[in-house]
Amino acid sequence: MQGSSSGSPELKIENLSLSFGGIMALHDLNLQVDKGKILSIIGPNGAGKTSTLNCISGFYRPQRGEVYFRGRKITRLRPDVVAKLGISRTFQNIQLYTGLSVVDNLMAARHFLFKSTWLEGFFYYGRTHKEEVRHRWAVEQIIEFLELERWRKAVVGTLPYGIRKRVDLGRALAQEPDLLLLDEPMAGMNVEEKEDMARFILDVQEDKGISIVLIEHDMGVVMDIADWIVVLDFGKKIAEGVPDAISRDPVVIKAYLGEQASTTV
Amino acid sequence: MLPSGTFNSRPEQDIAIVRTKTQWAILIGGLIFMFTVVLYIPLAWQSWLIFVGIYTIAALGLHVMTGLCGQFSMGQAAFMAVGAYTTATLCGRYGLSPWITLPLSGLTAGVSGVVFAVPALRIRGFYLVMSTIAAQFIIIWYLQQASWLGGTYGRAVPQITVGGRPLDYVQYWWLTLALVVIAIFFAKNIQRTNTGRTFVAVRDNDKAAQVMGVNLFRTKLLAFFIGCFFAGIAGWLWAHFLFYISPNQFAFKTSLWLLGMIIIGGMGSTTGAVLGVVVIRLMDKLVDELAPIVSNAVPGWSTQVAPALSLIVFAAVVIFFIMVEPRGLYHRLRRTILYYRLYPFSYQR
Repeated sequence: MQGSSSGSPELKIENLSLSFGGIMALHDLNLQVDKGKILSIIGPNGAGKTSTLNCISGFYRPQRGEVYFRGRKITRLRPDVVAKLGISRTFQNIQLYTGLSVVDNLMAARHFLFKSTWLEGFFYYGRTHKEEVRHRWAVEQIIEFLELERWRKAVVGTLPYGIRKRVDLGRALAQEPDLLLLDEPMAGMNVEEKEDMARFILDVQEDKGISIVLIEHDMGVVMDIADWIVVLDFGKKIAEGVPDAISRDPVVIKAYLGEQASTTV
Repeated sequence: MLPSGTFNSRPEQDIAIVRTKTQWAILIGGLIFMFTVVLYIPLAWQSWLIFVGIYTIAALGLHVMTGLCGQFSMGQAAFMAVGAYTTATLCGRYGLSPWITLPLSGLTAGVSGVVFAVPALRIRGFYLVMSTIAAQFIIIWYLQQASWLGGTYGRAVPQITVGGRPLDYVQYWWLTLALVVIAIFFAKNIQRTNTGRTFVAVRDNDKAAQVMGVNLFRTKLLAFFIGCFFAGIAGWLWAHFLFYISPNQFAFKTSLWLLGMIIIGGMGSTTGAVLGVVVIRLMDKLVDELAPIVSNAVPGWSTQVAPALSLIVFAAVVIFFIMVEPRGLYHRLRRTILYYRLYPFSYQR
């Protein structure tokens, strides 16, 4: 296992099983994410990649198995509790607050880092002002980091797709997470936008030391930036390893290209 | 967009409600105008002005609930009734001072809003609208049945006295104005702080908000509480102004008017809520003046049409806005200001 070399794992999934009626979305899944590393989950459509993320973030409740975050069991916690523990995520189909500006989207994501109560906000009294200013500076740093200055005040609903994807990442970062779950951050982007996004993801990993779980269909990107790859097919883990090993693994090629293709290769 | 020459270089400037010197001048000038104008207008317009103030506070509550948090409510008038009956009972029966019942009216209305919101929280959209309509009719029905509250006849409310003399219309307007200014300040504060952003997050994408750590249940309850609190304060003003209240003053029609006001003004904006109230009340006043002329001009109409005329015009205006300017007057105002700020380079933006 990947974790044998370095210290304690950031995230650990044990025997996770999830089914919807008769369909097994996940079947006895085991994986772990090491601190400061990028783990990539790949697999054909319907393999259970997004279901895995939903189980981690508390949106789905798995029937069996456990999820540990820094040794703490988080399996059946509510999504808002999981978010407060330091796990934040982006969404496959962008789920931003369309009526708010970029700044406010990022500020809204930080809501649980505010200590002042709604009543203090009501009177705009006490720590409210100081906190607003402090968090605004933090948000400005993320905006600078993601090169979003131009769109700071733009209403998110009016922004182009690639920028909205970046705001989605920014919103996840604004929560100051220890673990970032990225669900296809590059889906539907052109090469240039993909390169930008890959650069941001690597910067997040290197500068901030955040561990990342990345779901992505673009194999080129995954092979370039992932430290460890887990391959899912029909809810089961069929392979895992470093990128080089995965790209030559016959089981993976079979899952992706089909039986006949793999025998002829 | 900021006017030319004004730059926000620190968050404090961006957060401020009143940012530039021009805005301060407009604010202070406007307040002085509103404060003094009441001295020079006839009695009918003084009462009109006071009702605009009362409706503004109720509409601001609806703005927080519906405009920010997206929880459509068609029961705002009933929650005004709760506030009005609270002060009527506590002042009239138990002899409490109106100044003590002012926060209490807000609180009872807020708490009753929460009581009706709890079962309504699991539903959205049309179903929520239906359940708030139910709240409206249940509250009014109870007020009609409860003999200890005066039943259908309603009950008298003591006037507010200062130094032994009851307030006249001018003084009552000053009181209303003060409460309106405070209400606007509160509404603005909610919108620019954490609570308001959480509300909008729930409105725009409740699933994402939940994953991002928002407790949906608590947030929606808070929105209902704040919205109904404002309604209760409006009810307090209403009761002490008319010094007689009855259940049919807080009819379903009033709830509809309030919703129409924030739609026309522009959902999700404090200025919009105020604009909507002023425009609709102005229109209502105008129609009242026109009604006799219309009924004289068309003899057969006099009994049926004249009383319904304001409702007909109101409906027409709401439909017109939904079709032509669904984002309301505030949006139109912003666009106009922007046009002149960018002039002569004000191409479409």
